[in-house]
Amino acid sequence: MSINATLIGQMIWFAIFIWITMKYVWPPLQKAMAERQQQIADGLAAAERGKHDLELASKRSADALREAKDRANGITAEAEKRAREIVEAAKDAAKVEADKVYNSKLAELEQEAERARSALRERVAELAVAGAEKILRREVNAGAHADMLAALKQEL
Amino acid sequence: MSAAAHGEPLTATSYIAHHLTNLKVGSGFWTFHVDTLLVSGFLGLLVFGSLAVLAGRATSGVPRGWQNFFEMVLSFVNQQVKDTYHGNNPLIAPLAITIFVWVFTMNAMDLIPVDFLPLLSQKLSGNEHLPFKFVPTTDPNLTFAMSITVFIIMIYLNFKVKGFGGFMHEVFTVPFGPKLAPVNFLFRVIEDIAKPISLSLRLFGNMYAGEMVFILIGLLGIWQLPLALPWELFHILIITLQAFVFMMLTIVYMSMASESH
Repeated sequence: MSINATLIGQMIWFAIFIWITMKYVWPPLQKAMAERQQQIADGLAAAERGKHDLELASKRSADALREAKDRANGITAEAEKRAREIVEAAKDAAKVEADKVYNSKLAELEQEAERARSALRERVAELAVAGAEKILRREVNAGAHADMLAALKQEL
Repeated sequence: MSAAAHGEPLTATSYIAHHLTNLKVGSGFWTFHVDTLLVSGFLGLLVFGSLAVLAGRATSGVPRGWQNFFEMVLSFVNQQVKDTYHGNNPLIAPLAITIFVWVFTMNAMDLIPVDFLPLLSQKLSGNEHLPFKFVPTTDPNLTFAMSITVFIIMIYLNFKVKGFGGFMHEVFTVPFGPKLAPVNFLFRVIEDIAKPISLSLRLFGNMYAGEMVFILIGLLGIWQLPLALPWELFHILIITLQAFVFMMLTIVYMSMASESH
């Protein structure tokens, strides 16, 4: 064990290996590792963002659902009210219409009755006269009824 | 015990000595430990080459297989760097990764049974006495080469971050104030010199001792079987720990160099 020129040779080897590591080993590996670290960090951040987005979206959807339900309830109530109103209005209108029709028919009927009555009255008078004529033709006995006819003539 | 069929009688001493001898080329200072250079270089090229290939193919998608494993190791090292070093120098993380991965791989050579690779190399070379140490971190040349490189980077960072004036001010005034400038300077020199020495000797000592125990266990004949396994399991801990300690202290030194008091 003596120190000799091997020392110089070994220093050269050492320097060569440091140079190889410095130029060809460490930088590419370090780059790959840093890139991977960046990718992992990005992936984690994206996952975190996605989770956050999901939370927001589910909250939004719940809000929307509740709002829609509220609105649907409102619309239903409104519709029921409206339906009631329409039914009421229809009922009123029908009543008015019915009254109108009833009144007009009643008036018509009265007119008709009146007309019939007056026609009847005329026919009664005619019949009465005709009846009277027949009776008169058979039974007139000018002698017997001269007094009555004379009285009628008197009256007419 | 290995190679009982040697021509000359194999003693315990020669077995140990043989295992602790490097394959040398050259003489004097210009001696090269071929085994250390080859094994450390081969392991480094293998592991950093495959790391470079894997890194080139790395995707930012789902990592699988080896990419997963290396990302885990490298981000563990990077986390240590981030926790300790608060400057912003692109050199520190690669430096720490290189140290951890390379030292761990070289230490891990210790886990291959102690006679396996030497015997293989002897058979392949045809030389029955070929010495070949397969754990580069048991060679102080390697540990000192690493710690001195770390030391140089540390000094460079000191100048770069604090500037010449700032660094000199720190060297001469910390910790006792400007009146005791020579003492401060002396303390600083001792402190800074101690850093690479302790760094390299710690790794060398641990691995050398661990290897030594393996060699001693190898001397026990049939009894090495029940002993080698527990020591091997325990050694996995030492291997990792030493790689981690070397890396961690380097980061600490770098952070001290980059922070002004």
